[in-house]
Amino acid sequence: MRSLFRFLLRNYFLMMFLALEAISLVLIVSFNNYQRVTFFNSSNNFAGTVYEKFSSFDDYFSLSRTNARLAAENASLRKQLQLRMMLQEKYPVNRPDTVEAPAYVFTSAKVISNSVNKQFNYITLNKGSRQGIKQDMGIIDASGVVGVITNVSPNYSTGLSLLNKRFSISAKITKNNYSGALVWDGEHYNSADLKEIPFHVIVNVGDTVVTSANSGIFPEGIMIGIIKKFDVESGTNFYNIKVELSTNFNTLKFVEVVQNTKQTELKNLEKNNITE
Amino acid sequence: MIKDFGKYAIMFAGLVLLQVLILNNIQFSGFVNPYVYILFIMLLPFTIPGYAILGLSFFLGLSIDIFSNTPGVHAGATVLLGFLRPGIADLISSREIIEKGNTPNMKQLGFASFLKYTIIAVFAHHLFLFYAEAFSFQGFFHTLLRTILSSVFSIVIILASQFIIFKN
Repeated sequence: MRSLFRFLLRNYFLMMFLALEAISLVLIVSFNNYQRVTFFNSSNNFAGTVYEKFSSFDDYFSLSRTNARLAAENASLRKQLQLRMMLQEKYPVNRPDTVEAPAYVFTSAKVISNSVNKQFNYITLNKGSRQGIKQDMGIIDASGVVGVITNVSPNYSTGLSLLNKRFSISAKITKNNYSGALVWDGEHYNSADLKEIPFHVIVNVGDTVVTSANSGIFPEGIMIGIIKKFDVESGTNFYNIKVELSTNFNTLKFVEVVQNTKQTELKNLEKNNITE
Repeated sequence: MIKDFGKYAIMFAGLVLLQVLILNNIQFSGFVNPYVYILFIMLLPFTIPGYAILGLSFFLGLSIDIFSNTPGVHAGATVLLGFLRPGIADLISSREIIEKGNTPNMKQLGFASFLKYTIIAVFAHHLFLFYAEAFSFQGFFHTLLRTILSSVFSIVIILASQFIIFKN
């Protein structure tokens, strides 16, 4: 026993190195498995505050661009509203039932940290549980899907960006309603792969890809991107589709967090199917 | 000694903030992300005891991890660098420089030795870092390309920083 201690003491540099590497490995693996650890991510208060301070400084340089984008979004919403009102005047019977609450509730939030150049990119927002943000809510912006919330602290939250190889969402081609899984290809921040679209479906370059209703996280029909190119790998029954993403992840500033108020109901219902 | 402690504390905080607020936002074609914070480990004095190098390496790596949502990845890579550092320092410098209790910066080592030191240190760190981040050998060459491109940028920035500090 004593000689063991002497051996450890003599080689303490190597032993300490191995111990610290082991701790690092445990952190990496546990994060890979659960995609969340309690403290070591940027939704904690300290990192959140540093990011927010810097981001408020950084904002001044992009004010005009952000303004232009918000104005454009306003214009498009106003157009939709007008169309809706016109339809209601024409067909008054078609008026929606206002007693029932809408299924999706939107909260606006500011991006205070974001990356596009890693294999697993994350996004940090300046709102947290005090503002009603919860895990598994979707994140979108005016131009399309952004990601999903994974960690929440009282004032900040972090989420998986769509540019994260561990994240996949259910997407469909608008033209024919065939749905598949959309996963980032890990290469460029404006393209992703659409998988599981069978060979017999007719696909064209330029087709629109939107969210499907399968996930329950995003409302149906949120823009994801357009098909850039596709081919069929020999020996498989599925297409290889490259989608050009409509969201510009490099200039992300303001986003909306989507809450599906009926998600628990949906999940419980679906869980019953499995247990029975 | 106390003066040195203050100097290194400021360097630690400065490099972490520089890394997470500015360098992590360099988004050049999705391939390049220079990691310059390891300059802190590289510039520790020659005579520092081993446990201090490893401890500081781990703490530095973990600080970067907390900001970039990659628990363990930077910590592991920086600890590896801390482990290799005494060996690299022996390799590139003579006995006298080490015994005088200097720090391995460009002024002490000269350009050629410091360049060698930087290349070995940065490449070892980045190689571990990018493979630990991808956590698979799938896309081996893609990861290797990212490692090499980012290493080149890190090396250039580290050398430039030394030129700016020791320009006289």
